[in-house]
Amino acid sequence: MTRTSLHPVTIGLLLLVGVAAPLLFPAYTNQIAVLWLMIVFASTWDILGGQMGYNSLGNIFFFGAGMYTCAVVQIGLYYDVGMYTSGARTTHIAFTTAQYFTGFAIGTVAAGIVAAVLAVATSWIVFGLRGPYFAIGTLGVAVAGAELVASWQWVGAASGISMPVFPGGPQTQKLFFYFLLFALAFVVLLFLRWLYSTNFGMAINAIRDDEEKAEAMGLYTRRYKRTAWTIAAFFLGIAGAIFGNMTGFIDARDIAFPTTTFNIFMILMVLLGGKGTFWGPVVGAVIFHVIKEVTWTYFLGWQFVALGLLIVIIVVYFQQGIVGWLMEKYPDRFGVRVAPKEREVRSRAIELAPHAEGAE
Amino acid sequence: MEQVLGNLSVLVGMPIFNLGLLIDGLLVGSIFALAAYGLALVWGVMNVKNLAQGDFIMIGGYITWTLGRYGIDPLLGVPVAAVVLWGVGWILYRTVISKVITRDLFTSLLATFGIAIVIQQGLNLAFGPDTQSATSDLPTLSFADGLITIASTRIVGFAFAIMLAVGVILFMRKGRMGQAIRATAQDARAARVLGIDTEKVYSFTFCLNAAICGAAGALVAVVWNVQPFMGTTYSIRLFVIVTAAGFGNLPGVIAAGFGMGVFEQFGGFILGAEYQQALIVLLLLAVLAVRQLQQLRVRQAVQ
Amino acid sequence: MNDSIIEITNVTKSFGGVVANRNVSLSVPRGRITGLIGPNGSGKTTLFNSIVGYHPIDSGSIRFEGQEISQLRVQEIARLGLLRTFQTTRIYGKMSCLQNMQISIPHRKAGFFDMFAYERPDVVERAEHLLSFVGLYEKRFLRAGSLSFGQQKLLEFAMALMNEPTVLLLDEPTAGINPTLINGLIDRLKRANAEFGITMLIIEHNMRVIMNMASKIYCLAHGEMLAAGAPEEIQGNQNVVDAYLGVH
Repeated sequence: MTRTSLHPVTIGLLLLVGVAAPLLFPAYTNQIAVLWLMIVFASTWDILGGQMGYNSLGNIFFFGAGMYTCAVVQIGLYYDVGMYTSGARTTHIAFTTAQYFTGFAIGTVAAGIVAAVLAVATSWIVFGLRGPYFAIGTLGVAVAGAELVASWQWVGAASGISMPVFPGGPQTQKLFFYFLLFALAFVVLLFLRWLYSTNFGMAINAIRDDEEKAEAMGLYTRRYKRTAWTIAAFFLGIAGAIFGNMTGFIDARDIAFPTTTFNIFMILMVLLGGKGTFWGPVVGAVIFHVIKEVTWTYFLGWQFVALGLLIVIIVVYFQQGIVGWLMEKYPDRFGVRVAPKEREVRSRAIELAPHAEGAE
Repeated sequence: MEQVLGNLSVLVGMPIFNLGLLIDGLLVGSIFALAAYGLALVWGVMNVKNLAQGDFIMIGGYITWTLGRYGIDPLLGVPVAAVVLWGVGWILYRTVISKVITRDLFTSLLATFGIAIVIQQGLNLAFGPDTQSATSDLPTLSFADGLITIASTRIVGFAFAIMLAVGVILFMRKGRMGQAIRATAQDARAARVLGIDTEKVYSFTFCLNAAICGAAGALVAVVWNVQPFMGTTYSIRLFVIVTAAGFGNLPGVIAAGFGMGVFEQFGGFILGAEYQQALIVLLLLAVLAVRQLQQLRVRQAVQ
Repeated sequence: MNDSIIEITNVTKSFGGVVANRNVSLSVPRGRITGLIGPNGSGKTTLFNSIVGYHPIDSGSIRFEGQEISQLRVQEIARLGLLRTFQTTRIYGKMSCLQNMQISIPHRKAGFFDMFAYERPDVVERAEHLLSFVGLYEKRFLRAGSLSFGQQKLLEFAMALMNEPTVLLLDEPTAGINPTLINGLIDRLKRANAEFGITMLIIEHNMRVIMNMASKIYCLAHGEMLAAGAPEEIQGNQNVVDAYLGVH
């Protein structure tokens, strides 16, 4: 049997790192929290982009949709949303602790569900499209989301929404959101490991390798594609809900649907780490995020130019990514690590097989 | 909502307004058609979907705007922008495009997306995020007792766009290089076997497209305005046009370009300018959906 | 011809102005091997593609077990049990041979939650059995893309068998295969037909192969059905010989 979950040692290490990080580096709690978010971004993007070969430029849509859904639920439970978001407020706004957490909890669940529903809805538009049309279509979905929300008065249009204030000290707040994002990343990794060990993983790999063949073999390709897209959307929606509350202020173009920052980071991290490998996105996310956090301030306004250049360089010169490159270079090393028993070898093959397209 | 209904009733009540919008749409559409032609050219010949197309236009626009600030008539910016963009195109081709041209389609798409980000942010650093417009001294013409006003810059822009388009089409038909480009588009390998230097053809095509964008951008700066981040909207517009028409169908691309201009003028008038971007993107999704339905009938996917 | 499993009547298909199939009629008897031959460009592959739903037909009817399928799409037809292999072999190159087999199980009755099913021992066993049937058992953990062309062809055939089809449409199964291996392939095709009861419709250029296997042969030329009959009749048919030699 293929391994259906992460190795216990790996799980232990993940938990250890997750819990120890904010204690060891309390000054960087927020940055590390965002790192977990980046891992969620990269790993969920890889479901479609790496494992299924459908390169989406619009996954950020679900992040933003989740963020706004959560905000609307949180506010709407106790106040009138239109009044809350309008510049000229008439009522004093305050949330009690109970109200805050009730709203946040319901909002987060709603965010995941709404994002998933939107994924099913948009799948009718995007999954008749292949290759570059798919990329452009999904980009269209993301930009459309940003533009519609940015001109929608009820949710504050271009001026955004100030989220309910966290009832607790800044230190508690930091740790609270840190552990939420860590838990999310942890669940995503466990879930994906399980997912890739089922038929689902094989089927989306088959779609990546040759979709026409998969169709000719009678595979329900649409169903797999839609489900993959929905799974990614669900987790991104929840991530959006958490991140929206973490930042305290949300707006359509820069925070909820940032097509040229988070949206591109996802792809970049996956390409950097290795498309279609389980750990590639994680490695890519860590490296990218650390480099970004360390160097960002030294660019003096040129960050985004550097980002664009980085995309071009990675795409042109280093597309198989770090993990992909290691596998290509030392396939035996990856083999040696697993016992040469038949069953183990098979599970290795699952990790080995997926590679960045065009890598050969 | 009331505003939308009000605008609609204006159109119904005063038919002459429709004419004004239609003319404006066609004048603006000529610029779209020009840039879309360039996109379709690169798409068809090199199989590269250039997501930086709109940003090339913005560079051209800023060149013209800068010239205008030094007192040079913006219409002279058209040739200057074309020449500069030719150079930009050449550099980009050498450093990036030539390396991704044989790779899978997403690679070139992502590479051009990266280029787009570099250009946007670069323009933002150089010129700031404000909307700029190059002004020309040409008068605004009025007809029908002032109900239709047409800026004569738009007419001049239209004339330029038509001239350029005719020039490019003639070149593709008659010119030696144009013929080589068409041959390469049909079958690159056969063209290579017959002694056509396809590398040179690709390089030339990409530069030509950049130059066309530069000229279009100069016209955009004159008849409209430029802003560093507007490029994405232009790229999406052009994709809508080319996808709707099919990239092999050049007359269709030009017709769709005009259609896009008219559609936007009416859409912008009825819904209000703030929905313009959303309108374009929704149109993209609509066009993609319709293409899928068409393909469904022939049992195929859009690819 | 009562027990025909595929019944094609007067199918016409044209691309632009070029008529690839004109009024083609053909019937495939159940449980037999039927051959489809014809010179290059005679419209064989077009007819194949029409049957499996790769493109729409202009007119005519295609029936599979009495059901009209000319409006259905590729996946739906495949799930009915009418499967095709490709002229240019197509396999999932970055997956192992065994995975290629496992994902090829029939999906006819697959429900939503079957997407998340685990690997089943009986499926693996069957996959391994079929891999040894085509002689690829030793290579089952190798990346399918790294196999030689002939081996990929065998793998594709094994994947088709894994799918438990009622009818198998094979597009030039021996093209590009080392001549010494052809006999082995013929043998396997015949065994698959006899042991698994799979009806076959085979496009083939190699006359020796098709004459050896098929119980009935159709010959297309210039998009029209030129002749039909038992192998001996076709061999003796002057029209067929002329079509191949280009006397027209």
